[in-house]
Amino acid sequence: MSELLAPDILMSIITAAMGVATVILLAALGELVTERSGIWNMGVEGAMLFGCLIAYLVMAETGSPVLAAMAAMASGLAAGLLIGVMTVTLRVDHFVTGLGFNLLASGLTLFWFRSYVGGGKPPSYSTINEFPVPLLSEIPVIGPILFDQHLLTYAAFLSVPFIAFFLRRTTYGLETRAAGENPQFLEAKGLSVATRQYSALLFGSALTALGGAFLMMAFADQFRPDISGGRGWLAIVAVIAGNWRPVRTMIAVLIFAFLDSVAVHAQGVGVDIPYQFFLMLPYVASILLLVMIRSRSGQPAKLGVPYLKH
Amino acid sequence: MPIPTIEARGLCKSFGPVRANHDISFSVHAGELLCLFGENGAGKSTLSACLTGLFPPDKGEIIYKGAPLKMSSAADAIRAGIGLVHQHFVLVPDFTVLENIVIGSERRLVVNYGEAEAKLRQICETYGIDIDPNALVRDLSVGEQQWAELLKALYFDADLLILDEPTATLDIENSKKLFRIIEKLKADDVALILISHFLDEVMQSDRVAVLRQGEVAGIRSTSETSPEELTRMMVGRDLEPKVRQASSVGPARLMLENVTVGQKGQKPELSNISLTIHQGEIFGIAGVAGNGQNPLMEVIAGVRVPASGRITLDGTEISGLNARVIKDMGLGHIPDDRFVEGLVPELSIEENLILGDHRGFYSRGGLLDFPKMRMSAERMIREYQISAPSAETPTGNLSGGNAQRVILAREKRLATRVLLANQPTRGLDVGVIEYIHTKLLEKRAEGVAVLIASSELEDLMNLCDRIGVLFQGRLMGIVEAGRTNLEEIGLLMAGQAMEEAA
Repeated sequence: MSELLAPDILMSIITAAMGVATVILLAALGELVTERSGIWNMGVEGAMLFGCLIAYLVMAETGSPVLAAMAAMASGLAAGLLIGVMTVTLRVDHFVTGLGFNLLASGLTLFWFRSYVGGGKPPSYSTINEFPVPLLSEIPVIGPILFDQHLLTYAAFLSVPFIAFFLRRTTYGLETRAAGENPQFLEAKGLSVATRQYSALLFGSALTALGGAFLMMAFADQFRPDISGGRGWLAIVAVIAGNWRPVRTMIAVLIFAFLDSVAVHAQGVGVDIPYQFFLMLPYVASILLLVMIRSRSGQPAKLGVPYLKH
Repeated sequence: MPIPTIEARGLCKSFGPVRANHDISFSVHAGELLCLFGENGAGKSTLSACLTGLFPPDKGEIIYKGAPLKMSSAADAIRAGIGLVHQHFVLVPDFTVLENIVIGSERRLVVNYGEAEAKLRQICETYGIDIDPNALVRDLSVGEQQWAELLKALYFDADLLILDEPTATLDIENSKKLFRIIEKLKADDVALILISHFLDEVMQSDRVAVLRQGEVAGIRSTSETSPEELTRMMVGRDLEPKVRQASSVGPARLMLENVTVGQKGQKPELSNISLTIHQGEIFGIAGVAGNGQNPLMEVIAGVRVPASGRITLDGTEISGLNARVIKDMGLGHIPDDRFVEGLVPELSIEENLILGDHRGFYSRGGLLDFPKMRMSAERMIREYQISAPSAETPTGNLSGGNAQRVILAREKRLATRVLLANQPTRGLDVGVIEYIHTKLLEKRAEGVAVLIASSELEDLMNLCDRIGVLFQGRLMGIVEAGRTNLEEIGLLMAGQAMEEAA
């Protein structure tokens, strides 16, 4: 146990946590915007899984991380479109839609993966590299944690203030929030609720799939079934624990990512507690966070309520 | 003659078989206030929806500032300069006043809140509206929310403003203020349409268009008409003169002895109420709403348990019994809030009509008897003149008047001994009020003890045999309706006990 507290190990845990956080943060920010528009999208895990598989296929074929990321985001758009047709246009229950979508993703990704591999050995590739910021990454302690990370990690954390600004300050952000609070209000102003909910879903699912692509490219050299491993669900919990606010959601994500990173290191360092105990930590934390932070003051009033246009 | 700001030519709008608007024509000029006057369900709301782009009319055209205007959404109306002030506020409670107002008006990418706030403060100053632009709407009083709703329309400099029953939620002081604002708008050459069924307000307009069953029954200059003529046009006949039949009061039916309601250690909501209602008597409860009317009705109906005291129905003690047991003894209850306690809005008219009786009259071997339900629903819809597309329409879609008819139809059947009616006519127009009164008088003739709480004193005076006045949970006095006047009741309502008032 004490092995994990050694300075260099702790340092390594925190540095790695930033990478893990990137996956969950991208999904959580996408889900946050989606939920603020009134759609309680439960299909985060599925969209992430699709992102993983598509990124894997493109990486295996071309070896280009940029192409892989773009293809994964395109798969996210398709996922958002499908969920949108179900929840916005057909007004199916949001939860049922999401759960069904996740089952579809789990089965379909496995099917595609097996079809692609055939009987042979799945192709692998080398994971992408960090992009240390010159000079800044030389700073002791802070340098490796904040400035020796992947490009997408910088992008994910920088997008937190951008998302906050979008929701608060821009016309479209205001209208998106209004769709989640009181859709009739928007309709009375002659603004389409469906357009705003669709665009939130497309944006959110594309971001989630990008998170999946990052998970694939930075942490694994080949796909395996259900590789997303519940991180999509953690993103949903982070949004709730963050009371639907971008910065607080980011803090919740960091807690989960830290514990996830602890679990990974526990396996590597070899502690006397079974490492499965550590694997459990992020999910236990998610439940504890929900119990401790019960304020739902930021929850959109019409979240998860299918809207019927008059 | 200048061009009118808006002119409707032969507007028609139907919903399935329901003809909501038929051949409606009128015009409004800049600086003029036209009132649309009509009963609930006469087509006023549909007409305002047609004029603001929410529904396209089936036939006819809208001429706006001299040119035909086709609108496919509310955005078109806003762009043209037509503003609608909704009766039920359409606001986002978790947004600030300013955020509520800029949505739909701001078309740039990033909202300039500073500029918007300055413009809003300017408007507030011009019209004398006192509101904090940065307050959250849910922290505002109902009156202030009405101003926020109005500001939404003022913010984009509307040339035509449609006000849908704007005073329904305002007190007298604020209603007066609203009419001062309307005068200012008229002076600024805004054309205004006021939808209302309050005669006091109607008489403050320049012209009145009376709607009846979706058609224009007539248009009058306000200076050349009278409230009596307008009412006649609205209802389509003379209202029956109110004749008080001599009541034939029987023996005591419902008795309350020293009934107190409230939580231990808190100020009681009702204290020491004693009153007796006889067979064939209508007993009125006057008082400002919130002075104990709800606990009184609820304790009799068995919804609440008295802290002390006794309630008897025909000599049998009912205090503390379960509400269903009391109902089965022949008690009908028209509660205060129609859509919360009176109806299940999601269920159909047919289903709502049998609620409470679904285990008895309408059940057969534990299953609902559908043919019987349907037959009696259709009979009640006819008898109570409930206007709705079908018996399967959800009651949540009904207007207030029609919703109350559904409740009345159900409870009147159940009330074989006692009928409780809490604010039964609130917010309804004269046609429905008269109808409800007729039904209550029918119950009286059957020997039922009727208890009605209302804040409309004149209605109580016309309807009741005796009137008790509630003030802060205490019964200030009981007066004979024939031997009192409004002043006496008014004093009791203000908290002066009988002896002091005398």
